[in-house]
Amino acid sequence: MEYLNIIFQESYKVLFLLVPVLVSVAMIVWLDRRVWAFVQKRQGPNVVGPFGLLQSIADALKYIFKEIIIPASSNKVIFILAPIITMTLALIAWAVIPFGVEQVLADINVGILYIFAVSSLGVYGIIMGGWASNSKYPFLGAIRSAAQMVSYEVSIGIIIINVLLCVGSLNLNDIVVAQKEMWFVIPLFPMFVIFFISALAETNRPPFDLPEAEAELVAGYQTEYSGMMYAMFWLGEYANILLMCALGSILFLGGWLSPIDLYPFNLIPGALWLIFKILFLFILFALVKAIVPRYRYDQLMRLGWKIFLPLSLTYVVLTASYLFYFNLLPTI
Amino acid sequence: MIAHAIFFYVFSVIAVVSAIMVTVSKNTVHSVFFLILDFISISCLFIMIGAEFLGMIMLIVYVGAVAVLFLFVVMMLNVAQQKNQWFVSKDSSRHIPIGLLISVIIFFELIIVIGGWKYKPDLFNSAKSSLENGVSNTHSLGQVLYTDYIHVFQISGMILLIAMIGAIVLTFRQREGVKKQSYLKQISRERTEGVEVLEVASNKGVKIDD
Repeated sequence: MEYLNIIFQESYKVLFLLVPVLVSVAMIVWLDRRVWAFVQKRQGPNVVGPFGLLQSIADALKYIFKEIIIPASSNKVIFILAPIITMTLALIAWAVIPFGVEQVLADINVGILYIFAVSSLGVYGIIMGGWASNSKYPFLGAIRSAAQMVSYEVSIGIIIINVLLCVGSLNLNDIVVAQKEMWFVIPLFPMFVIFFISALAETNRPPFDLPEAEAELVAGYQTEYSGMMYAMFWLGEYANILLMCALGSILFLGGWLSPIDLYPFNLIPGALWLIFKILFLFILFALVKAIVPRYRYDQLMRLGWKIFLPLSLTYVVLTASYLFYFNLLPTI
Repeated sequence: MIAHAIFFYVFSVIAVVSAIMVTVSKNTVHSVFFLILDFISISCLFIMIGAEFLGMIMLIVYVGAVAVLFLFVVMMLNVAQQKNQWFVSKDSSRHIPIGLLISVIIFFELIIVIGGWKYKPDLFNSAKSSLENGVSNTHSLGQVLYTDYIHVFQISGMILLIAMIGAIVLTFRQREGVKKQSYLKQISRERTEGVEVLEVASNKGVKIDD
């Protein structure tokens, strides 16, 4: 009986995390399209519901009622598995995101490594989808994305090392608490910029959306997908983007800490601050999508390996020597 | 502890079955996917014995990077078409004794490694002690790795660096007639070099020299 009780409790907690995440993914798609439209002096989706807020729900309904087409020559098991994996991986990473001192589903020691591991698994959904479709464009998109995501993970990993040097713990809550005096965005500002750009590449957002470059590859790995399976890819992608924004705000913008530790700001709960920060980063993501043209593939690789990797490695050396010289290294 | 045992058996069954499926499955891409499943379940086992750092690093390095490159190569080569050629051909039977020999050697090596614990019981205890002190697995690993084993650590780093340089040297070749785009040249182009305004006389046209 006790086991059952624990299982029920945990499932409630999981539901209370996942349902808001899924709803906010739907809302964030609307926000993305709205921001994109405003930059281009259009209206964007504004018909369904107030300000068009319910547009994503209408889209989801449309996707559910569309027929799922599975190509005859595809590898059916892997073809169906691919969107499921993308979506699952995008959702399980949320387990370790702290929304407050105690408000975290799984407060594990190696939280940051867990997020890094899960986001590095994200490439499988894309490769599997691209390969199983058994068609040229999806396969090209999958190959591109494999190379792109593996390359940018390297620089993200080294940027995370920079932050960890200042914290001395792999726990996400410790990382947030360590920023009580000063957000890491101030001493590590160059790393924040590189993290932001790498996060764009990691989540296949424009200007690095080479895996689904519609001008060259129709829709890349999603070309053969339809109906709900396409929607799952899409949900997974946006959940990943939100996750990257959350990671950025935890690593650099102080997570659930309020910007100033003064009276009126103290009253706002930490979860709201985290949501504000995620939204801020997401609007930056959306603006970048609207104003920057797509990168050429060789330039993308060059940026990752020849610029970001050496820069972030140099900054690791700088951070470590600074902390060592001024005796600021964190103690256990 | 029942839940712990259940999880252990689930993950180890998945690990063993997927390891067998790696060798048995006819499609090479499928066997890489089974290999990935094997890696994941083994990293879950690592996490269960309290080695969470090792488990996560296993996920990041093996599943996130190495297996992706495996998959890359296997998909590009399209080995699936040559499936079972190896077993069917007659001269392949002479490979079987060598394979058996290697597997026997690996088996005895494993026995020696596992049997080593029996003759050195304090090794097992020293691994356990740090956990009981309340120091996390990652911290104790870092404390040992950068003090007692610093030379081994540095040497393994050097070996990896040499392997990397070797791989680059082996695959690097200068090819003739490949068009390259110079990044600096492209962005430092000025308007004066690219555009020219001409007075074109009627019915004469312009001669464009390439």
